[in-house]
Amino acid sequence: MAEKKSKFEPRIVVFACNWCSYPAADSAGINRMQYPANIRIIRTMCMGRVNPAYVLKALEMGADGVLVSGCHFEDCHYSFGARRAAEQFQKLQKILKILGLEQARVRQEFISAAEFPKFVKVVNEMVDQVRKIGPNPFKDGRTKISPKQFVPGSVEEITV
Amino acid sequence: MALELNLLKETNAFYCLECGKCTGVCPVARYSGSFSPRRVLARSLFDSHPGENESGGLWSCLTCGQCEEVCPSNIDYDRFIQLQRKALGIEKREGACSHGGIIESISRLMSMEKINQNRLDWLDRSMVSDKSDVLFFTGCLPYFEVLFEEIEADPLNIARSTLKILNHMGVKPQVLANERCCGHDFFWNGDYAMFEKLAQTNLALIEKSGVKTVITACPECYRTIKKDYPSLNGKQSFAVLHISEFIAKNSDKLKFHKEGIEQIITFQDPCRLGRHMSVYDAPREVLSGLPGMSLTEMAHHHRRAICCGVSGWMNCSQISKNIQANRLREAHRTGAEILVTACIKCKIHLMCAMRDQTLHDEVGLTIRDMTEVVAEHLEA
Repeated sequence: MAEKKSKFEPRIVVFACNWCSYPAADSAGINRMQYPANIRIIRTMCMGRVNPAYVLKALEMGADGVLVSGCHFEDCHYSFGARRAAEQFQKLQKILKILGLEQARVRQEFISAAEFPKFVKVVNEMVDQVRKIGPNPFKDGRTKISPKQFVPGSVEEITV
Repeated sequence: MALELNLLKETNAFYCLECGKCTGVCPVARYSGSFSPRRVLARSLFDSHPGENESGGLWSCLTCGQCEEVCPSNIDYDRFIQLQRKALGIEKREGACSHGGIIESISRLMSMEKINQNRLDWLDRSMVSDKSDVLFFTGCLPYFEVLFEEIEADPLNIARSTLKILNHMGVKPQVLANERCCGHDFFWNGDYAMFEKLAQTNLALIEKSGVKTVITACPECYRTIKKDYPSLNGKQSFAVLHISEFIAKNSDKLKFHKEGIEQIITFQDPCRLGRHMSVYDAPREVLSGLPGMSLTEMAHHHRRAICCGVSGWMNCSQISKNIQANRLREAHRTGAEILVTACIKCKIHLMCAMRDQTLHDEVGLTIRDMTEVVAEHLEA
């Protein structure tokens, strides 16, 4: 038991799109497929909505890894959402590189609602992958920030 | 809210006559309809309108310093805004960081001790040396290069050009491999603790490098390191120069191509360089020394120059776009082909406004940084 406690259990934030990956996670449950309890799913309407800023915020607040997942390009309910997500993800990777963070901490996957075995597979891989890299180096050093600081979307932002 | 009354007294805020001259020159008030520097001051000072601090104008101010120039009571309005935001704290902040907060996130991540950045991938190592007593403080340019790819402002070209100019003058500067954000945005946006943390880290890094001069190509870094860092630890063992000042001082060492294409240029004073630090002449001296370039002034120049519309990556809005469009039209009216600025933020913001096709067709300006223009004219 003591050994089990000392083992590093990564905490992974999953941004899952409402139309594909979230139902996929749901179906995985309905079909009694097991996946590790290390993930915390945040449902978004579209993965294109997941600005690189949110992934960085998750890392900043101590997440060990972030998985951004959504529909395939052709299936996106917002026509260009998934494509935009792919563009933004490239940006994010470059930023992580300059910041000196392991790029394997973040991952983008396109998982349709029917592909629940893929969802389980990806989550398993992601957990192994992050476990290998080790804990987020910023976990200890971070200053406590109130949630208010992270609320985006004021009038000014919307009027852009 | 804990007002720092003693500090506020130093800003002369209590001498406000409510004359409203500030509103007349404020670029935000020109387009916002409801914003007025005077009203922000009066309401937030006396707490008569509790909502003012949280949702009101306190977070819309650009701290460009335009109002200070006309204030009959000599109110240090920028300092006043900075103190009020600091006292209020970032938690009460209503102004949202533009770009989803990514720039603040990056800067906050940079404040972590364990971080080990790869920020110098762009660098040609032969242009720098570890022993020089001059340091080139790159600032956030490598991050902007990625974030603003689609605007094509090419921020790293500013860094490369600066190095090229310095090399041309026989200076091989040091560059810090793990330098942090200067903390400018946190200083102005109310997160003073984060500013302090970044500042102390940077100061320790600069002290350790043992340099005598720090050169920046960014007016925000320039102001922060020169003016705001000493407020933490007192006197600094190094001098801080903006690249324009350094070039102006050593202009005899620069050799340009003999023949340059005849071009009319105009200069946008960055607020941090101009009104905040009173550096007006150095960039003009540098630009007018370039062969073929003739410098004209816009209707608002020097102390009256108009801000690029956003500061501290906060509150980018339709108001900002209006300010930018107005400024670009003003530049166009001078007959200039190139609008030269000395700040990467001005460049990004004005180029972003130019992405509007109608405005682009109307003004058709090229926007460049001073260092880029100078580096292009250097003799090979």
